[in-house]
Amino acid sequence: MSSFGEPIGSSVTAGEPPVADDQLSVPGPEDTRVMRRERMAVLLHSKTFIAGAVILAFWIVCAIFGKLIAPDDPLLTDPIKALQAPSSAHLFGTDTLGRDVLSRVLVGARDILIVAPLATLLGTVLGTVLGLVMGYFRGPTDDVLGRIVDAVLAVPVVIVGLLSLVALGPSTITVIFVIGVVFTPVIARTVRAAVLTEREYEYVAAARLRNERTPYILFGEILPNVLGPVLVEFTVRLGYAIFTIATLSFLGFGIQPPAPDWGLQIYQHYGLISGGYWWPVLFPALAIASLVIGVNLLSDGISQAFER
Amino acid sequence: MSATAPQPAAVETAPALELRDLEVAYRVRGIWREVLRGVTLSIGRNESYGLVGESGCGKSTAAFAALRYLPRNGRVTRGSILVDGQDLLGMSENEVRELRVKKVSMVYQNPTAALNPSIRIGDQVAEVYALAGAHDGEARQRAHEMLGKVQISDPASVMRRYPHQLSGGMNQRVVIAMALATDPSLLILDEPTTGLDATVEGEVLDLVKMLREEFGTSLLFITHNLGVMAKMCERMGVLYAGRLVEEGPVAEVFARPSHPYTVGLLRCIPRGGVRKDRETLDTIPGFLPQLGADLPACVFTDRCGLAEEICHREEPPFHRVTDGHCSRCHFYDRAQTVPRATPAPPVPREDRRVEPVLEARGLRKTFHQEGNAIHALADVQFALKEGETLGLVGESGSGKTTLARSLIGLSPADEGSVIELDGARLAPNVTKRKRDQVRALQIVFQNPDSALNRRFSIHRIIGRALTMLKGERGEQREEHLRQLAHSVRFDVRLIGARPAQLSGGLKQRVAIARAFAGDPRIVVCDEPTSALDVSVQAAILNLLVELQASKKVAYLFISHDLGVVRYLSDRIAVLYLGRVMELGPAEHVFDPPQHPYTEALGSAVPTAEGTERERIRLVGEIPSAASPPSGCVFHTRCPRYIGDICRDEEPALREVEPGHFWRCHYSAEELREVQKTPPPEQPLTAREASEPTGGNLRPSEVDRST
Repeated sequence: MSSFGEPIGSSVTAGEPPVADDQLSVPGPEDTRVMRRERMAVLLHSKTFIAGAVILAFWIVCAIFGKLIAPDDPLLTDPIKALQAPSSAHLFGTDTLGRDVLSRVLVGARDILIVAPLATLLGTVLGTVLGLVMGYFRGPTDDVLGRIVDAVLAVPVVIVGLLSLVALGPSTITVIFVIGVVFTPVIARTVRAAVLTEREYEYVAAARLRNERTPYILFGEILPNVLGPVLVEFTVRLGYAIFTIATLSFLGFGIQPPAPDWGLQIYQHYGLISGGYWWPVLFPALAIASLVIGVNLLSDGISQAFER
Repeated sequence: MSATAPQPAAVETAPALELRDLEVAYRVRGIWREVLRGVTLSIGRNESYGLVGESGCGKSTAAFAALRYLPRNGRVTRGSILVDGQDLLGMSENEVRELRVKKVSMVYQNPTAALNPSIRIGDQVAEVYALAGAHDGEARQRAHEMLGKVQISDPASVMRRYPHQLSGGMNQRVVIAMALATDPSLLILDEPTTGLDATVEGEVLDLVKMLREEFGTSLLFITHNLGVMAKMCERMGVLYAGRLVEEGPVAEVFARPSHPYTVGLLRCIPRGGVRKDRETLDTIPGFLPQLGADLPACVFTDRCGLAEEICHREEPPFHRVTDGHCSRCHFYDRAQTVPRATPAPPVPREDRRVEPVLEARGLRKTFHQEGNAIHALADVQFALKEGETLGLVGESGSGKTTLARSLIGLSPADEGSVIELDGARLAPNVTKRKRDQVRALQIVFQNPDSALNRRFSIHRIIGRALTMLKGERGEQREEHLRQLAHSVRFDVRLIGARPAQLSGGLKQRVAIARAFAGDPRIVVCDEPTSALDVSVQAAILNLLVELQASKKVAYLFISHDLGVVRYLSDRIAVLYLGRVMELGPAEHVFDPPQHPYTEALGSAVPTAEGTERERIRLVGEIPSAASPPSGCVFHTRCPRYIGDICRDEEPALREVEPGHFWRCHYSAEELREVQKTPPPEQPLTAREASEPTGGNLRPSEVDRST
C-alpha cells in the first residue's frame, strides 16, 4: 500500500478557511478501483490461478452442456457392447452395461459440481458465524464452543459422514447438509483466529463507543475484514468437499445410481481392475483428481493475491 | 578487546565513513525511483554525526547503504561509499561481510525485533565474538564483560534469559553491547530510542555517549527527534527528498538554521515551554514528494515560502554559511525569514471558574491474571473543566491508557469507582451508558490505521458515527458530514477514499472528525500524534487547539512527549503505578518545587535548545503493579528519598499550593530548598535490598521464577 505525502499546510485560522490546496494531489476514490484492478492483475498473471481456472472452467462447461458434448447417451445401456476397451468408437471404452465411459465422465461433472459447492457454502456460512462469535466473545462462549469444535474435528470426516448418512438415509440434500456441518468446525477455527486479531483493532472499540449493537460489530465491522481468509478457506474446502463426496459415492452413500457420478462409477467397477478392465475406473478417477487439483490451484492463486 | 592488526597509516586518517555523491534507487512496480539524490557527507574519526528529516527522506536508506545492505529492490546507481577509506562498492560479498563483522555495526529502532526471541541473550552476544574468531569459552567470557560495560548490573543472570523476559531498555542495551562487541570504527544508530520511555531513553543515550568516549567510535545517528540530536551529535545533516540540504555543527545549525526546511522543522516543535495560548505551532506547507517524483532544481521549491523563479531553474550550490556550515539554498542568508505557514493568532486563554464536566473519584481498575490481582489504577482522582486540557504523563506501565479506557467505559472500572459527567454518575461499562453520555465522552486513538476500519470509505466511517450518535439521516447527515470534514480540514473530495489511500495525518483527521461527530464534551486523546512526523504533529496539535476553542471541548491528553503535553495542557497530571503523583497547573508542574518523580521525568528529556539539565537517574524500572512497593510506591526509585517514612507510609494526595497537588512526604518549601541542588547519585543500599523486583529484571518475570 503506498502512502502519500502529508498535507501539512492546512493552516489553522479562525473562521472558515479554505481547505489546503495540497490535499488535492492526494489520489481520490478512483484509487480504490486501481487497487482492485491490481489484485485482478496479480490473479491474471498467476500461472497457478490460470491453470486452476481453466481446469475448473472445463468441468463447469461439461456440467452444464455435458449432454450436448457427450458423443453418446450416458445412460444408454447396451449389453452387447459391455466392457469394450478404448477404441475409436468409444475413446474411453465402455462399462459393464455397455455405456460409453467418455460420455459418463463428461456428464458426471454435473452432480458433484452442484453438491460440492453447496455443501462448502453451507459449511463456510455456518463456520464463519461460529468463528465470529467464538473469536469476538472469547471467554466461556469460546471455551464451550471450542471444545465442541475440537470434538467434531477429532472424528474422521468420512466416518461422521457415513454415520449421519446411514441415520438420515442417503440423498443429495443429506449429503450437502452432512458435509456442510462436518466442515463447519475447520472453517470456524480459521475465522476465529482472524477475528482474534481483528477484535484488538481500535475500530471495534470505536464502534462500541457509538453504541453499536453486537451483531453490527460482528457482521458489519469485523466480517468485511476477514472475508479474505474466508474466501481462501472456501476454495480450499471446496477441493476437500469434492474429494469427500467422491469418497462417499464410492462407498455407496453419496450420489445415487443411475446418475453418472465419478465416485459411483469407480465403485461399480473397481472389482474388475484385476481382470484387466481398467478403463471404467481410471478415467473417472482422473476426472476427480483433475477437478481437485484445479480447485486447489485456484485456491493457491487466490490466497497469493490476498497475501500481497 | 584484543588489539586489531596494525593498519596502514593512510587508513587511520581516513574518515570513518564517506559518502560521495551517492545515488540510490528502489525499483517499485517496475520503475526505478530515486531515493538518495547525490548525498555527499563525511564522518570523521571519533565524530558523531546526526541525520534528520521526516520519514521518507532517505535517512534509513543512507544508513543501510553505509553497510551495503540495501533491500533486494534497491541499488546504488552512482557515487561511492568509503568506510575507513575502503571502497565498499568494489568489494566482494565476503569482504563486505568481514567489514560488517569488524568495522561497522548497526543498532535498530526496535530492539526486541533485532534479537532472536528463541536464543538466550548470552548465546546471542557470544555469537558475535565467535564470528570474530573467539573460542567458545572466551566468547562467553567476553560477552559477560561487554554486558557489564553497557551497565547491566547482573550480566550472568541476564545471559541466561530470553529477550522477551527483558524490558525494551534492557534489550536495547544488549543490542548496543552486540554492536560494540568487535570495537567497530563506525556505529550506526537508526532511531535507537524511539520506542522507549523518556527515562529509559535518557539512560540509553547517556550510555551511548559514555561508550563512545570509551571506545572512540564514530557515530552515524539517525533520528527525527531534534532534542536527541542536540544531545548526541556534534555535526548534523538535514535530509530532504534524498538530498542533503543543510549541514553543519549542531549548535550552529540550531542557532542559525540556513535552509527553509530546517527552519520549518525547528518551528514545528513546541520548544522552550511554548504554550498554546501564546503561540501556534508553525507547519511546513505542502507534503513530501513521492518516491522518485520529478522535482524542480531545488527539491524543496514546492513547499518553500521563499521560492522564486531561480529555484525551479537552477540547483542551488552548497553555500558556505560559516566554517563547516553549508546550506543548499539560493537564499540561505534569509532562510530564517521564511513566512509562517500558520499566521493565525493563538487562542487566548480564558479563565473560567465553572463546575467540572467530568469528575473521577476513587477510580480503581484491577486486572486478574493467573491468580494475581494487578492494580493498574489505584484511587485516581481528578476533575476536568469545560474547555480545559488535562495532560497525562508517566512511563509506560503507569496506567495512562488504562485510565483512558476506564473513563470511556471500554475497560470498566472496579466497583466503587466514581465517574461523574455533569454531576451524573456514569455506568462503568459503555454499553450501559445512555446515548447522550456516550457521545459526550469520546476518544482519539493513537494509531489511526487501527482505529479506522480499512474496509470502509471515509464517508461511511464518519457518516455512521453521525447516524449512531446524533440519529441523523439523509440530506441532513450529508450536510453535517461536509461541515465536520471541513472543520478538521479534510478535503470533501476525498470522502470516498479508504483509509489506506490517505497519509497518516489525514487519517488522524478522520479519527478526530469521528470523535467530534456527536458534539462531545470531553475527548480523550491517547498519544494522537506519536505516530506522526513533527510537521504533521504540529498541524494536528493546531487543529486540536482550534477545535477546543470553537467547540469548548475538554481534553484528557495523553502523551509521552513532555514538550507536546506542556504546549497543549492547562493542567498536568503525573501518573506512577496507577496513582496520581502530582497534579497542577502546566506552568508549575515542570518547575521546582515539583514531585521528585516529575523532576526525574522532566530531567530525562533532551531539549532541542541543547541546554541540558543535570539528568536525574532513576534506579531500575517501574515496579510491577501486581506487587507495588510498600509505603510511597515511588520510594524504591526516588532520588529524594527521605528515610523509613517513605517506605512505611503512603503519602496522601494533598494540596501544597492552590490548585497544585502531590503525593509526597516533603512539603513545598522543603522540596523547593532540596531541589536547588541535584540529588546525590542513587544510594542503593537498604532500599534495593527491600525491593522485590530485583533491579534490572522485569518484575513479572521475577514473580514467575520465584
